Amino acid sequence: MALLDIEDLRVTFTTGDGEVNAVNGVSFSVEEGETLAIVGESGSGKSQTAFAAMGLLARNGRATGQIRYDGRNLLELKQKELNRVRSEEIGMIFQDPMTSLNPYMRISDQMAEVLTLHKGMTKRDAVAEATKMLDAVKIPDAKNRITMFPHEFSGGMRQRIMIAMALLCQPRLLIADEPTTALDVTVQAQIMELMAEIRRDFGTAIILITHDLGIVADTCERTLVMYGGQIMETGPTEQLFERPTHPYTLGLLRAVPRIDRDDETLSTIAGEPPDMSRLPAGCPFTPRCAWAHGPCPTVRPELLPAEGYPMLRRACHAPVEEVK
Amino acid sequence: MLNYVLRRVAIAIPTILLLVVISFVLMYAAPGGPFNSDRPLPAQVMANIEARYGLDQPYWKQMTTYIWNVVVHFDFGPSFQYRDRTVNDVIAQGFPVTLTYGFWSFIVALVVGVALGAAAAIRHNSWLDYLAVGISIGAQVLPNFVMAPILVLVFTLWLGWLPGGGWQGGQIEYLILPVIALSTSYMASIARITRSSMLEVLNAGFIRTARAKGLPTSRIIWKHAMKPTMLPVLSYLGPAFVGMITGSVIIDVFFSTGGIGQFFVNSAFNRDYSVIMGITILVGVLTVTFNLVVDLLYAWIDPKIRY
Repeated sequence: MALLDIEDLRVTFTTGDGEVNAVNGVSFSVEEGETLAIVGESGSGKSQTAFAAMGLLARNGRATGQIRYDGRNLLELKQKELNRVRSEEIGMIFQDPMTSLNPYMRISDQMAEVLTLHKGMTKRDAVAEATKMLDAVKIPDAKNRITMFPHEFSGGMRQRIMIAMALLCQPRLLIADEPTTALDVTVQAQIMELMAEIRRDFGTAIILITHDLGIVADTCERTLVMYGGQIMETGPTEQLFERPTHPYTLGLLRAVPRIDRDDETLSTIAGEPPDMSRLPAGCPFTPRCAWAHGPCPTVRPELLPAEGYPMLRRACHAPVEEVK
Repeated sequence: MLNYVLRRVAIAIPTILLLVVISFVLMYAAPGGPFNSDRPLPAQVMANIEARYGLDQPYWKQMTTYIWNVVVHFDFGPSFQYRDRTVNDVIAQGFPVTLTYGFWSFIVALVVGVALGAAAAIRHNSWLDYLAVGISIGAQVLPNFVMAPILVLVFTLWLGWLPGGGWQGGQIEYLILPVIALSTSYMASIARITRSSMLEVLNAGFIRTARAKGLPTSRIIWKHAMKPTMLPVLSYLGPAFVGMITGSVIIDVFFSTGGIGQFFVNSAFNRDYSVIMGITILVGVLTVTFNLVVDLLYAWIDPKIRY
């Protein structure tokens, strides 16, 4: 049985301008110890999928469908039960390490409260344990620096602290929501390396949400491409990158700058990301797709194995061999 | 931290000195004097009186003598109206009264205001939120000169529960109505500031982190959200506290409490300049002091300010 199994997840926000459908019927699963990447442009619903799993949607948001973790539907848990899952079973880190640590509390207090609360440790033991974890994520001089405040650390260090804090209870799943987006490129590489080590050392499954295809290629076994709140294509990362069968995946990959090719200009995907409050009934990518034809605007394509590429699954009306 | 405190105190001292000088100059510049009355006094009598109060001295001499007495001896000089009382006597009589009802008003305004504002923010857009906003707007638009007579009407005349005035050394039943009348509008402001501040804090990334950590809501509110929420409230609390402990004419007049608010107004009518100045300087010193206290509390809450 999969560790996390999401089925027909829908996330809707009630706003002044009506209902906004951020996630529209997404289904996927994550196996124990696996690394899954969810990629897509801003507003594709990838972060909201993760927030829904953690019960962190904004107040006006509502999630329906099933998010089964270890056989339990997280969407049906009471607040108290959900609080036990958070941290103990699923850890989460966020995009901006500058704002996701509490600037008014010492690192020691922020980390120790996780252990005193979830593991019933004494404050002293909890701080000792937290120090060990900071050592593990390579914070130099953790023993002395743990009593400092967040503003006394650099962005990369803060993200390391966030990771250490998320791992304190040794959760089986770590959700990383764009963990490197706010960091320098060199620091990005260090954080990704750290995540790979964590996976190796702790056996933690990781969901990596990102729009940076470069880090996906290096670290994730499986990739899920989202657009307009729906899954466009999914499969083993290597195969997906080598032979994308969906026009949107193709567009994303072409938009990655490469120095090994002598491109004059960087290609972009024409058009703009969709207005989530007015999605077409069919494929959300239709208005920007070069292969759009007859059924595209009205009939939603199902996520089916790609013909000739059985490891890949795609939601597209255009025949595989035409999309290249 | 010690450095920061010393620096702040060092700035406060010249501020207070400047305040003393400016109030003296303003008083001196005002036309007329305490002894000008409808019937002019004989020149010899006038000269005697002026000599007694030192008003025959040259301008700069009066100023330096006054400042010297105030700063070194904490002596604000004699009252120009009450022959047998000094300004210090007037303050010693009135200030404990205002300090008492002002302090309790502050506590009530702070506790009720923060609780109301926080509850509204936590239950944003619920009936509780609307109720809290309604109460605070209502309390804000009810000035205390309207509030005071209404309270007396209801609790003294109709219900007969509480005395409508007097002080009696600050016994609780004499304290309740003045405290309610004085604290309402401050409470409303504190509730409003707390609400908007906490709404902003609750949207911060670190609150989301706290939720992702599986902390119970009560701990998120008290441990994570309260400190940053209080920052903007705190900067309002300094001046508000001074405003309350230095009393209010309205309260003193309506409830005959005998605080310095009443003396302040009476002395203004009587041109009792030394009393006006004494009270002005007292309020000024308290303002500077509590702004300093607020700054230090700021530094205690926000570690980024400390260095």
